[in-house]
Amino acid sequence: MRYLPLADHDRQAMLRTIGVSHVDALFADVPADKLLDRLVALPTAKSEIAVERHLAAMAAKNVAAGAVPFFVGAGAYRHHVPATVDHLIQRSEFLTSYTPYQAEIAQGTLQYLFEFQTQVARLTGMDVANASMYDGSTATAEAVLMAHRITRRSKAVVSGGLHPHYRGVTRTTTELAGFAVDTLDPDPTGTEDILARIDGETSCVVVQSPSFYGHLIDLKPIAEKAHAVGALLVAVFTEVVSLGLIEPPGAQGADIVVGEGQSLGNPLTFGGPYVGLFATRDKYVRQMPGRLCGETVDADGKRAFVLTLSTREQHIRRDKATSNICTNAGLCSLAFSIHLSLLGQTGLTRLARVNHANAVKLADRLAAVPGVAVLNDTFFNEFTLRLPKNAADVVEALAAKGVLAGVPARRLEPKHPHLDDLLVVASTEVNTDEDREAFAVALAEVLG
Amino acid sequence: MNSQGRPSAPVLAVSNAEKTTTTGNRGLAIEEALLFEVGRLDATGVDVEDAGDFVPRLGSHVRKAPIGLPGLTEPEAMRHYVRLSRQNYAIDLGLYPLGSCTMKHNPRLNEKMVRLPGFADIHPLQPLSTVPGAVALIAELGRWLLELTGMATVAMSPKAGAHGEMCGMAAIKAAIAARGETRDVVLVPESAHGTNPATAALLGFKVVPVPARADGTVDPEEVRKRLGPEVAAIMLTNPNTCGLFERDVVAIADAVHAAGAYFYADGANFNAIVGKVRPGDLGVDAMHINLHKTFSTPHGGGGPGAGPVVLSERLAAFAPVPFVRFGEDGAAEFVETRRQAAGTATPFGRVTAFHGQMGMFVRALAYMLSHGADGMRRASEDAVLAANYVKARLGDVMSVAFPDRPAMHEALFDDRFLEGTGVTTLDFAKAMIDEGYHPMTMYFPLVVHGALLIEPTESESKASLDQFVDAMRALAERARAGDAAFFKAAPVFAPRKRVDETRAARQPRLTWTPPKEERAAAE
Repeated sequence: MRYLPLADHDRQAMLRTIGVSHVDALFADVPADKLLDRLVALPTAKSEIAVERHLAAMAAKNVAAGAVPFFVGAGAYRHHVPATVDHLIQRSEFLTSYTPYQAEIAQGTLQYLFEFQTQVARLTGMDVANASMYDGSTATAEAVLMAHRITRRSKAVVSGGLHPHYRGVTRTTTELAGFAVDTLDPDPTGTEDILARIDGETSCVVVQSPSFYGHLIDLKPIAEKAHAVGALLVAVFTEVVSLGLIEPPGAQGADIVVGEGQSLGNPLTFGGPYVGLFATRDKYVRQMPGRLCGETVDADGKRAFVLTLSTREQHIRRDKATSNICTNAGLCSLAFSIHLSLLGQTGLTRLARVNHANAVKLADRLAAVPGVAVLNDTFFNEFTLRLPKNAADVVEALAAKGVLAGVPARRLEPKHPHLDDLLVVASTEVNTDEDREAFAVALAEVLG
Repeated sequence: MNSQGRPSAPVLAVSNAEKTTTTGNRGLAIEEALLFEVGRLDATGVDVEDAGDFVPRLGSHVRKAPIGLPGLTEPEAMRHYVRLSRQNYAIDLGLYPLGSCTMKHNPRLNEKMVRLPGFADIHPLQPLSTVPGAVALIAELGRWLLELTGMATVAMSPKAGAHGEMCGMAAIKAAIAARGETRDVVLVPESAHGTNPATAALLGFKVVPVPARADGTVDPEEVRKRLGPEVAAIMLTNPNTCGLFERDVVAIADAVHAAGAYFYADGANFNAIVGKVRPGDLGVDAMHINLHKTFSTPHGGGGPGAGPVVLSERLAAFAPVPFVRFGEDGAAEFVETRRQAAGTATPFGRVTAFHGQMGMFVRALAYMLSHGADGMRRASEDAVLAANYVKARLGDVMSVAFPDRPAMHEALFDDRFLEGTGVTTLDFAKAMIDEGYHPMTMYFPLVVHGALLIEPTESESKASLDQFVDAMRALAERARAGDAAFFKAAPVFAPRKRVDETRAARQPRLTWTPPKEERAAAE
C-alpha cells in the first residue's frame, strides 16, 4: 500500500523487539469475540488511477458553477480567487501542520493568525477578532451564547432577515443550552419592527445586514434600543465583500460581529469547509469563544506570537470553558487572509463596487421581464425577486435551460407557503453582460 | 574542500551565537515582518475590472472611513507567505508524534480530487437535480463510515470533532426527552479530552468524573457505582487517551444500557482500530469521527476539521437534518428540512448551515478508496505496531505510564524518569525541537504526572522510528546526567527561542497597533 512505509521484514523485526510474535497480540485487550477476523464488507485497495476514475465520474455528474450563467448566493458566493491563494495554502508547512501549540516551530501559522485577527477587526470596525470559527452559522450561535454569558439574561431576539439556516443553528444551539429564542417571521421586504421585540429580558438582538433577502439594514437604532435596555447587538453578515463598500457594524454600535468569510479565498465546495468570522469589543474578550493569537517576545526579546488567553478554552477549563470548540477554520482562514492581503483596502473597495454594479445591472434587467418585481430599495450584491410563478419550479426550468438562477426562499423556509414566489438572486464580479442577458431571456421564456 | 578538490579559503571561526547579520536573517532562515509593516494602503495584487457607470442602491449605508487594510502586490504576497510558511514544522518535514491527534501522511491525491470543478465549484443551494454526484458522494462516504463502525445511521454535517460531540450528545438528550424522562448527569472518565466535559456542560448536563484504575483504564464497578435514574450517558474514549483499549468496554456498555443511559464514544482515537473492531459491536450508541485524524484530511494548522456522527439503532431517529435517505428503489434522497424528515423524530434542527464539510468528505473518501478495507486494517495494525515499538525501545530510559498493558496507537510516558533532574516535560519537549522533531502531546492526559503522549502513526518508516527513538534516548540520558541548563535553554535552533506565554496572557495584544498609536497610548 503506497501510504504505508513499513515492509514485512520491518514489521517482523519490530514485533521481535516488542517481544510478541503476531500483531494481534497487541490487540489483546480487545474482547476476543469482538476482534474482526475478516475484512469489513468494503472494496479493497485501489491504485491512484482507479481512485481518480471513481471520483472524477462522480464529480462529472454535477453542474459546476463556472460552466453556466450562475446567480446562486444565499450565504455562499462564487467569487474569483487569485491563483496565488490556492498555491500558498497547499504549501506543506501550512497544509500539514497542527494547531500551533508549540509556538517556537509554528510562528508561520501564529503570525498569519495575528494578521487575520487584525484584518477581521478592521474590516468589521471592532477591537478584536478571534482566529476564526467553523462558519458563519455556528459563529452566530456562539455569539448568542456569549451574549447570554455577558448579560446573564436568557432570551435572544432574532431578526427575520437572518439567514434561515443561521436562525436554525442559533435556535438549535441556544435551546440545547437551555435558553429561549424569540424569532421574528421571515422578512422579505426588510420592514420588520424588531425594536418592538426588545425588552428588559433581552440578552441580545441578532440582525443580518445585508439581510438574507438582500436589504441593507440600519443597525444604529437597533443598537441604541438594545443598549438602552442593557442588551447587546449581534450583527451578522454572510457576504464579507460587502464590508468593502458599506458602513461596518462596528461603526453602528454592534457589540459582537459575526459572519461568513467564504467569499474571500475559499471555493464553494457544496457548503464547506468555510470560515466563520467573530469580532467583538475589548471589554468582552475574555468571554469570547475560540482561539486567540497574541503578540509576545521570546527569550532573546524577539517579537513572537503565541496562542493566548486559553484559560477560556476546553482543554484547560473542561466543563467550565466558554465553549467546547477545539479548532478553528485554520487553512480557510489562511486562504481568506491571503486573498485579503492581495486585495488590500484598494482592491477590496474596487471588488465590492464591481459586485454592486453587476447586481444593480442584473436587477434592472430582470425587473424589465414582464411579471417580475424586485423587492429591494437597497442591496449590495444580492436581492429578492417576486415571480408570477412558484420560484422552485422556475429555478428547475431555468436549470434545464442551463442557467442557475438563485435560491427559492421556500427551500429554506418550508413552513412559510407565502414565500413560494420569492427568489433570492446574487451576482458577483464573475458575471458578465452575456450571463445577465442569458438569465433574463431564459426567465422571460419560462414565465412566458 | 570544494568539488575540484582544491582547499577552500579558510573560514573565520565565529560561533553562530555571536554572529549577527544586518538584516537579522541567517542564510535560509529569513525573518518576515507583519503584513501591516510590509504592505501599503495603496497597493493591491488583484486587477479588478472597472465597475463602469451605474446608480448605486446602497442608500445611506456607504462606508465613510477607510478600512485600514494594507495590500501586497502578487510577488510581495508570494514572498510574505512563503517566508511565513518556513517558520512552521509540518508532517511533510518530519515525524509529528502528537498523541491523540493522529498526524499521519496527507496524500496529495486527496487535494487533487477535491479541486475537481464538480466538487469545488458547486454551490450548496443550487438545485439538487444539478448535483447528483455530490449527494452520491455524501451517501457513499456515509456507507463506508457505517460499515467501518457497525452503526445504523450517520449525521454528516458536524464541522469538527467537538461539534460532532455536541450533535451526538444532543441526540442522546433528545432520545431521553422522547421517553418522557429527565436525566441531567453525564459520566466522564478523568482521562477524557477536555471537549467531553465542555460539550456535556454546554448541553446543560452535570459532569461526574470517573477515576481511572491503576492500570489506566475504567473499572466497570466505578461506573456502576455512579449510575442511576439521573444519568443520561457516559462519554468514553476507546482506545482511551492513555493509549489503552478499555478492555471492560462491553461490561461498561451493558451496565450503562441497563441503567437506561446511553454510551457516547469519542472517536478521536479510531485510527487504532479501523477494520479491526467496530464500535457498534461494543455497544456504542453515538460516536463522532474526526476525518482529519483517522482519514487523513489535512490538519491545516488548526482546521478545518470534520466530525460526522454515527448513531446506533437506539438513536437513529434522532439525527439532525440534513441527511441522505434511501428510498424503496435504493435511490438517494437528500433530506434538508425537518418538514421533509417528517416520520422520523428529528427532534432538533440544524447544527450548521448547508451540508457539512464537503471538502473533507471528498478527501476522506479518496483516502478510504485508496486504502480499501485491507489497507485500512493494515494501517491500524501499523499504527499500533509503531506505538508499541517506540514504547518498547524507550521503556528502559523513560518511564512508561502503564507498562502492564499493550499500547494501542499511542504510547504514554510520565515524568518519573525526569525526577530530580530539574528538567520538566516542557523542557524535554523543547529539546526535541532542536533535534528536528515536533514534540509529543504534553501534560495530557491529566491522569499521569507530566504526561508525554507519543503517537507515531502508521506513516513512519522503521528508519524514521529508529532515528526518533535514538534521539529520545539520548535526550533522556542527557537529562538524567544532570544537564538541566541544556534543556532550560532549548530550543536554540528554532525560528524563535522559548516564547513568553505569561506575558502574552497578562498583557494581551491581539491585533497590530501602529507604533504611532502605541506611543500616543503610552503618553
